Amino acid sequence: MGSNSDRKPFNNKTIEWIDQRLPIFTMLDKEYGKFPTPRNFNYFWNFGAIAMFMLVTMIVTGITLAMHYTPHANYAFDSVERIMRDVNFGWLIRYIHMNGASFFFIAVYIHIFRGMYYGSFKQPRELLWILGVTIFLLMMATAFMGYVLPWGQMSFWGATVITNLFSAVPIVGPGIVEWMWGGFAVDNATLNRFFSLHFVLPFVIAAVVFLHVWALHVTGSNNPTGLDVKGPQDTLPFNPYYTIKDLFGLIVFVAVYAMFIFFMPNALGHPDNYIPANPLVTPPHIVPEWYFLTFYAILRSIFFDFNPIMLAGFGGIGYYVAKVVWDKNRTDYFSTRNLIILGVSGFLTLVGFVGAFFPQLHIPLTNMVIIEAKLGGVLAMFGAVGLLFVLPWCDTHPVRSARYRPLYKAALLFFVAIVLLLGYVGAMPAEGIWPWIGLAATGYYMAFFLVILPILSKHEKALPLPASIAQAVLDEQAAKAAKLAKKGA
Amino acid sequence: MMMSHFKKVALTALALCMIGAPVHAAEGHKYPLPDMDWSFEGPFGTYDKAALQRGFLVYKQVCSACHGMKKLYYRHLEALGYSEAQIKTIAAEYTVMDGPNDEGEMFERPARPSDKFKLPYANDKAAMYANGGALPPDMSLIVKAREGGADYVYGVLVGYTNPPEGVVLGNNQHYNKFKSGNIIAMANPLNDGQVTYEDGTPQTADQYAKDVTHFLAWAAEPEMEQRKQMGVKVLIFLAVFAMIMYAVKRKIWEDVH
Repeated sequence: MGSNSDRKPFNNKTIEWIDQRLPIFTMLDKEYGKFPTPRNFNYFWNFGAIAMFMLVTMIVTGITLAMHYTPHANYAFDSVERIMRDVNFGWLIRYIHMNGASFFFIAVYIHIFRGMYYGSFKQPRELLWILGVTIFLLMMATAFMGYVLPWGQMSFWGATVITNLFSAVPIVGPGIVEWMWGGFAVDNATLNRFFSLHFVLPFVIAAVVFLHVWALHVTGSNNPTGLDVKGPQDTLPFNPYYTIKDLFGLIVFVAVYAMFIFFMPNALGHPDNYIPANPLVTPPHIVPEWYFLTFYAILRSIFFDFNPIMLAGFGGIGYYVAKVVWDKNRTDYFSTRNLIILGVSGFLTLVGFVGAFFPQLHIPLTNMVIIEAKLGGVLAMFGAVGLLFVLPWCDTHPVRSARYRPLYKAALLFFVAIVLLLGYVGAMPAEGIWPWIGLAATGYYMAFFLVILPILSKHEKALPLPASIAQAVLDEQAAKAAKLAKKGA
Repeated sequence: MMMSHFKKVALTALALCMIGAPVHAAEGHKYPLPDMDWSFEGPFGTYDKAALQRGFLVYKQVCSACHGMKKLYYRHLEALGYSEAQIKTIAAEYTVMDGPNDEGEMFERPARPSDKFKLPYANDKAAMYANGGALPPDMSLIVKAREGGADYVYGVLVGYTNPPEGVVLGNNQHYNKFKSGNIIAMANPLNDGQVTYEDGTPQTADQYAKDVTHFLAWAAEPEMEQRKQMGVKVLIFLAVFAMIMYAVKRKIWEDVH
């Protein structure tokens, strides 16, 4: 007896024959036909399907490009130009792929925001969220290596800058970098392995997407109210309601994407990448693609070495955060003892900074370097991505949706503004006031996860919640009708 | 290109307002690029074949002495409106190396439409040696490879002025308003009357600069016309498709709303 016994037969004989042997149609009907889906999705819920469409687009165009591309330092640039000029519709395939990277990230960034705003990462969807952040991380690696393949100036120098980051790791750093390069500089061996990895990683992404969707279908979708589904009155079958809504949203998204492909295909790129890679000429400003700018700014925001005084100060603040802020039962933020801890560590941090920036003052110990700026930047950058993984444990407030959490909503929208500001800082040369703005913004980025969310989890009083999803929909309709009536009167 | 230019100006202005830092001496002075009205701009833009042919003439007679165009074949000139016979004649003006033949010898022959544009120098070293150490960049992608695009290339061609006070030029250096950094190794390449036009177009340096920039814009994006025409069709299709899908969506959701 197999696991296939409680299956309902299909009328169509061919489908039934297949389904008896492999119940793929039963599965499709269950997961995409009848699948009970909250009835109150807004258009933010389109971006999962859109991201999926982008992944498929990237894989299909990418495989086609790989048929014509030559991964060799001497020929890569020319082979891309051959695709643009001599391969039938090669320019179309390449522009779809090139802009596709950007639009994949746009879809995924909106998808991540959706998850944060409506609390989709919370219990019981933590693992679903972690799989999502894993996809995001894999996408970053894939996109970075893909950008290297045309072997233009930005490809080459971007690869040089980013791979060099790993040299910041103590002791083994330089060895790791040479191992990644496959030589003593970014060269043909590097290009070859990046091509190989750029080809294979999307399939790893597809596998993690499968797990992500699987986990989603176990817990079911979240919804704009953040309330759990309480019964059939709260849901609609996925088909036709959400198949058609997803399709409509997807077409609108593709229309914007098409505007870039056909009318400004290079607007999101950098002109320098149409200059062949030249190890002897460094471009004046090495800038990553726009979707990395936020993390690039965080990387560059640590522009000072950490001295022991500073670290002692940070340690004190960290102790306070861990012991007082993160303890669910403590509210004695400003007890005398805690004020002393904060005061002393704040003072030490300040002294550490003053000593670091005014070496002529000769403050003891501040000339000692414990963590170099470069390593600090790398830690901050990876930390910024790492914090996304632990978000479900930073924000433990029982109410999911920001709709009913005005303070969380304000903090989150400000966080989005900070992420955009960091993106802007990342595009600016690291001089003048920009690194300082970057440092302050990085501070908020970290504090949002480590301080603001735990405090809000403990203290934020949520607005009254609707009784159910269905009730929320009815309330909304009533409000809309009242508004219409008022207008008519 | 307009957008990136605007963005650059806006960002520069903002940066200057916010920090009031002096502009880096090494980066030179940034003059706003001329905002030209190119026929190939905009969603319905097309190349002007007469301008392309004149531009090719300027490239052939002036620029090609130092600048190669590695990505172009003579056959590509069909897009400029030349007939097959004309392209054969143009190609045959050049001698290229072929071989080895059946006896294993390399031999010279007139170029054919299937040959690449003949390069002015055997290699980069020879090009630098002939130009006082400066490498004349390849022109195939120049319009795509510079911030500001066609406006920038045109700007550099007409941007030669006397250096402002305090700027000392070295040997083999020239001052150019629009070249990023303002110092350029190339001497002013275009002068009035230098190239003879058959179609009555004014034979001025400014006109030469416009025409050759037009030609270079085509060389960088030969697919542009096809791309934009296809884009218009694709967007019309998507707009109609989206409207239909929206109507279907409304219909399906009617009973739940």
